[in-house]
Amino acid sequence: MLTTFRTWALDDTPTSRRQAAWGRRYRIWLALRRNPLAMIGLVIVVFFGGLAILAPLLAPWDPAAQDLAHRLARPSAAHWLGTDELGRDILSRILYGGRVTLGMVISIVIVVAPVGLVVGCVAGYFGGWIDTVLMRVTDVFLSFPRLILALALVAALHPGVESAIVAIALTAWPPYARIARAETLTVRSSDFIAACRLAGASPRRVVFRHIMPLCVPSVIVRVTLDMSSIIITAASLGFLGMGAQPPSPEWGAMLAIAKRFMLQEWWVALSPAMAILLVSLAFNFLGDGLRDVLDPKQN
Amino acid sequence: MIRRLKSLGSQFGSVLATLFGLSVVTFMIGRVMPVDPVIAAVGDNASQEVVEKARLAMGLDQPLIVQYWHYLTQVLQGDFGQSVLTHNEVASDIAHYFPATMELATYALIIATVIGVPLGIWAAVRQDSLTDQIIRVICLAGHSVPVFVLALLALIIFYAGLGIAPGPGRQGIIYQDMITPVTGFLTIDCLYAGDWDAFRDAVAHLVLPVSILSYFSLAYITRMTRAFMLDALRGEFIVAARAKGLSARKVVLNHAFPTIAVQLLTVLALTYAGLLEGAVVTETVFAWPGLGLYLTKALMNGDMNPVVGCTLLIGLIYVALNLLADILYRVFDPRVS
Repeated sequence: MLTTFRTWALDDTPTSRRQAAWGRRYRIWLALRRNPLAMIGLVIVVFFGGLAILAPLLAPWDPAAQDLAHRLARPSAAHWLGTDELGRDILSRILYGGRVTLGMVISIVIVVAPVGLVVGCVAGYFGGWIDTVLMRVTDVFLSFPRLILALALVAALHPGVESAIVAIALTAWPPYARIARAETLTVRSSDFIAACRLAGASPRRVVFRHIMPLCVPSVIVRVTLDMSSIIITAASLGFLGMGAQPPSPEWGAMLAIAKRFMLQEWWVALSPAMAILLVSLAFNFLGDGLRDVLDPKQN
Repeated sequence: MIRRLKSLGSQFGSVLATLFGLSVVTFMIGRVMPVDPVIAAVGDNASQEVVEKARLAMGLDQPLIVQYWHYLTQVLQGDFGQSVLTHNEVASDIAHYFPATMELATYALIIATVIGVPLGIWAAVRQDSLTDQIIRVICLAGHSVPVFVLALLALIIFYAGLGIAPGPGRQGIIYQDMITPVTGFLTIDCLYAGDWDAFRDAVAHLVLPVSILSYFSLAYITRMTRAFMLDALRGEFIVAARAKGLSARKVVLNHAFPTIAVQLLTVLALTYAGLLEGAVVTETVFAWPGLGLYLTKALMNGDMNPVVGCTLLIGLIYVALNLLADILYRVFDPRVS
């Protein structure tokens, strides 16, 4: 099965468009597999993703169940990572917290990447005043430090997960627009675009069908590298009390509470800290590897 | 000459546009987005009369564009309103807290540069070697660790565990308010006052937060230096220098490094801006009495004037540093015309 796929995908003379596309994907995968750091990153990301999805099956305890008799207990056979200030099982909370964090990250990326892509491609393709206006707006948002703007936005809206998503999304799209615009500028005057236009394709069709797909690889690399910075921003918001609000087992919010006990009961702080660190490190490893593979300049 | 003036003009225009955008966004955050800016200003328990009076005083009965104009003229005069929490003018609060943040960020930048630039050059010269890989991992880790996680770990290990670092804060209790602020940089003020014990105490309190902040930006500086250096080492003039028989050290330091110096300066300017942001989070962990602590306290209490003031100030510094980076490029790099 695998060998047939391999020979099919690596065929030098693909007979269909689908075969060519899969061939390219498979070659990317092969190149990525040679990068040990990227593979470590991928394994950790998949591992934490799996833990978050299967949290209800894997969590040994109810993440909200309080047990004041066993509060701040050291790690033991019953509670592998110990318990927090209300006697809640930290392992279960970490598992459920992964859902909050990864859910936030995914919803932000789903909004931000397409918006940035469209803004950048439109600005780059049409040029002129459209370009000027769109890029000025992008510059304004780029000129804010990300976390500060997100903090101010959340404070104005209402602290919580939804506001945090909106705030981070508002601060995260400009780099995507910049990248997409740069890519668009390099292809817009190429012959195949001219051919499309001569064949009567509408600007919309040219942008969406012919230019945007070419910008996707750089945007994917940027998304992967950005994941860790989004995770850090989300966790920082939670830590500063502006993101997910306390009973929620979001990792940053858990740390904010654990801060009070950390000098004696360090394990309460250690687990969420390690979770944030591992996941964001993993995304950075993966993104770094993907960039080496997908960056057209290096090939 | 005319082209140069034109490009200067367009740059000036772009800065103005950015500043305008900055003012609009902060105006929206302060006045338009909060569900009820009046309640945010006077508190939940204010009587109907007080609320109505505050509403008129804030000019909220007027059209948005008029309100924006008021906001803009006030801000241009350095008037950010009053903080509900401290009862002071936000501008004077900021003047009070900001030097502490700058002290943190400045020392962090110096340390990060002194370590990061050589590290980046080393990684570039030994590209793909084990050294390069190790430096790469160190840098990626720096990118991935939230500052507050590192700060908490450092406090656990060095303060609670080993007991070799002083606790949170900027000075020990016995030195509190002993030093009259001159520059606002406590270390310099202590030296100015000639108080060596206070100086040692201030430095001891700086060690942990500065190390953490500098690691944070060291990662970025090292990566950028490595990338610039790799690029420079590919140049033909490097081949020529090598062919002349110069030592590897001379080739790297005297021939390659000067070509990337300007690029590095611009990176440093942008890093400083990033450090101010990192300082906000670090300060909350170390109870460092700077802008970050002021901002987060205001955030917790829905005190919007300081929030807007701090956001505007940090945004302004960002724009200024970006502009500075650009100017450095134009003035010092003969390749940019």
